Amino acid sequence: MRYLIIALITFFALPAYALAPVQEVVSEKGIKAWLIEDHTNPIVALRFSFRGGSALDPAGKEGLARLASATMDEGADKWDSQGFQSRLEDLSITLRFEAGMDSFGGRVLTLRENLDAAAEMLNGALTAPRFDTEPVERIRSQILADLRQREEDPDAIAALALYRKIFGDHPYARGSKGTLNGVASVTPSDLHGFVKDRLGKNNLIVGVSGDITPDQLKDLLDKVFGSLPQTAKDWQIAKADPQFKGGLQVINKAVPQSSILFAQKGIERHDEDFYPAYVLNYILGGGGFSSRLYEEVREKRGLVYSVYSYLADYDSAELWMAGAGTQNARVKETLDVVRAEWKKAATEGVSAQEVKDAKTYLTGSFALRFKSSDTIAAILVGMQKDDLPIDFLKTRNELVEAVTPEDVNRVAKKLLKPDQLMTVVVGQPEGL
Amino acid sequence: MRILFLILGLALFGGQAQAGVFNPQSFMLKNGMQVVLIPNNRVPVVHHMVWYRVGSADEPAGKSGIAHFFEHLMFKGTKKLAPGEFSKVVAKNGGRDNAFTYYDYTGYYQTVAKDRLPIVMEMEADRMTNLTLTAEVIEPERQVILEERRQRTDNNPSAQLREQISTAQYMNHPYRIPVIGWAHEIEDLSLEDLNQFYKKWYAPNNAVLVVEGDITLEELRPLAEKYYGVIHKGGDYERIRPSEPPAHADRRVIKQDQRVRQDSIQRSYLAPSYGSVEKGDTSPYALQVLENILGGGATSRLYRSLVIDQKIADSAGFYYSPTMLDQSTMTFWASAKNGVSIDKVEAALKREIDLLIEKGVSQDEVLRAQKTLVNEAVFARDNLGTAAQVLGNALAIGMSIDQVESWPEAIKAVSRDDVNKALRAVLKDQYSTTALLLSKKEDS
Repeated sequence: MRYLIIALITFFALPAYALAPVQEVVSEKGIKAWLIEDHTNPIVALRFSFRGGSALDPAGKEGLARLASATMDEGADKWDSQGFQSRLEDLSITLRFEAGMDSFGGRVLTLRENLDAAAEMLNGALTAPRFDTEPVERIRSQILADLRQREEDPDAIAALALYRKIFGDHPYARGSKGTLNGVASVTPSDLHGFVKDRLGKNNLIVGVSGDITPDQLKDLLDKVFGSLPQTAKDWQIAKADPQFKGGLQVINKAVPQSSILFAQKGIERHDEDFYPAYVLNYILGGGGFSSRLYEEVREKRGLVYSVYSYLADYDSAELWMAGAGTQNARVKETLDVVRAEWKKAATEGVSAQEVKDAKTYLTGSFALRFKSSDTIAAILVGMQKDDLPIDFLKTRNELVEAVTPEDVNRVAKKLLKPDQLMTVVVGQPEGL
Repeated sequence: MRILFLILGLALFGGQAQAGVFNPQSFMLKNGMQVVLIPNNRVPVVHHMVWYRVGSADEPAGKSGIAHFFEHLMFKGTKKLAPGEFSKVVAKNGGRDNAFTYYDYTGYYQTVAKDRLPIVMEMEADRMTNLTLTAEVIEPERQVILEERRQRTDNNPSAQLREQISTAQYMNHPYRIPVIGWAHEIEDLSLEDLNQFYKKWYAPNNAVLVVEGDITLEELRPLAEKYYGVIHKGGDYERIRPSEPPAHADRRVIKQDQRVRQDSIQRSYLAPSYGSVEKGDTSPYALQVLENILGGGATSRLYRSLVIDQKIADSAGFYYSPTMLDQSTMTFWASAKNGVSIDKVEAALKREIDLLIEKGVSQDEVLRAQKTLVNEAVFARDNLGTAAQVLGNALAIGMSIDQVESWPEAIKAVSRDDVNKALRAVLKDQYSTTALLLSKKEDS
């Protein structure tokens, strides 16, 4: 390993990116966007997100945001469903919406030469979707089919069961995909109401990357978003009161491999301990082929193909999740090893070398995220969603770098709660 | 791996804005290892890949899964590196790494900051010939692979059905065997089997180095010579595989499973691939145009007919996998709407196929597909890693860089007649396999 030493002791001189800086662009009508100009390829990627997602679906209409996301591009303004989709295809424009738990977003990817057409189509979809009977019923049927199939998917079953236990009556307990009854009950007038009430300039976030100048972007923003209502309808989501009481739930399902999911309380994105927790998670189970869970569960014992942990941050709740899949006969052993690692990290902490290695990975790999115009636009939206400063890309590695082993171990002791780890197993585990 | 083929299918048709599709540079090392560079300087990062021209279809009889098992073992240590250390070193240098196995190739890759490239090149070159396997490391990994099989295949009824389809579609060619292998044979692979496989297939003249990223040929060449150029050349490689005999009957595979909540059908046909056709046979190009006409989204033929007009299916489409070394397949598929019998969907799908054979595709459809495919190239160039994937894949099945780069011209040259001739040659009942995935009531 001698040949590596030089590389390892040289600190990363690499700038986080060799991209143009992030610019804030504000249009005449007051629409704000963050932009990274990149004229390498003649394409433009636009991502946007409205705060407020499927957690706001009214009781009895679970899946409203999802159905809206899949039907807003099925006819708008003067185009019927086939007219709309044909035009997108003829011009090679990608235009999609997506409903998340806390946000309703979408993206456009287009050749620069078709930017005006793309703007016109997206504006139509956002402000004048038709929700004609044929496409709405067609898409509804597709979503219902997916929801029925999810009832058989061990991973989906485990996630829903876990969320129900943790979130109780809170809308987060429903997950973000909708329910059979909810999706069946959504009417075209619900869909129109969704668009009218939920999509306002005041809850809009925009990120753009690609072959476009700030002036051109200003025009684009007004063309696409200028005619949206100034404000979305007021909404409030109850503060979740997640419960982490530990314990194991087994759901019987005739599959050869059990799906295992764990959760405990996570950490808020702006908590001063966020970065130590982020580094800790990398060491514990976030780090691909290098984490403790990977080493103990997969590498040493061959218990699983995949094992992982991650921090999940919702607007009104935070989770620390972990997951694994193993043959039914070895579920108990897998549970024991994961829990032991959780406990070990909490009580014994991690080593200075682990923290150093984690930081080297997390800082060095940051530039790897900027793979394409679309991923860059998505990063710009994510930064704004998380209320991060516009120079975040420059400061982010310093924030990771500042984390000390003492920070990580203090946070491990404070946050990791092996006794409160909620566990769900879906399968036919033996010996539990 | 399906995504990969889509990318390839789409990416290869480019070349509107630039002369070629990806404009790669290439040279050959003295030991016969080809080197390909695709410059991309958006960020100071490089994507480094080594492709070996060996895949699951090259496995000895009775040793299914060995190519994939071996791929996992490439991370298990050399004289210089302890088991598992490879990936840790990549991570400690801020990089990501992984590997993949398919029927015709095995690939290893790392994405790292440009100044870390020598580190991963040294390690990748090292494990090409210096792997030191022990029984101790292969046993837990065997369990990992069996879990991988459970996760990907056995926990998923449609994946189980796909395995059965291949065994029916291919009577003799090894594409009939799943890439991951049969569990009972994975269980029996020995250390000796694995070492023999390594010795037989891993050598510079059976590998292709592909680097995409922020680096010039002047910078890459000395590194490639230093790390890979010094490895001894292996023997001559020939991939001799059993081929398909003439078929005499269409086949039918039915899987009923309690875990299935939506009935679906797929009908596949043996079809030519870029690797299988004789020089001058352009049918794969024509079939890629056909793929776009039949399966290219919400306005494509099958979706419009079965889903929108007849309202008997929730989804319907078509796919074709052209980038294979040997004869490939193309597949029509549809999933039944709740309450609609699969027979009705099958009959409708069959009508579409008959109509296609009888009337062919229209000139408008061909032109529209060609235009769409050509535009996709620009998007493919925008994503770091796509070019390396496409070129590595093409070279691994014996295509040339020129073939990739001249693709746009070839695709633009496809005529309506070419498409209709190609589809009529393929759509023969005796070369088809029809598969049904059906729900099943409990305890029936």
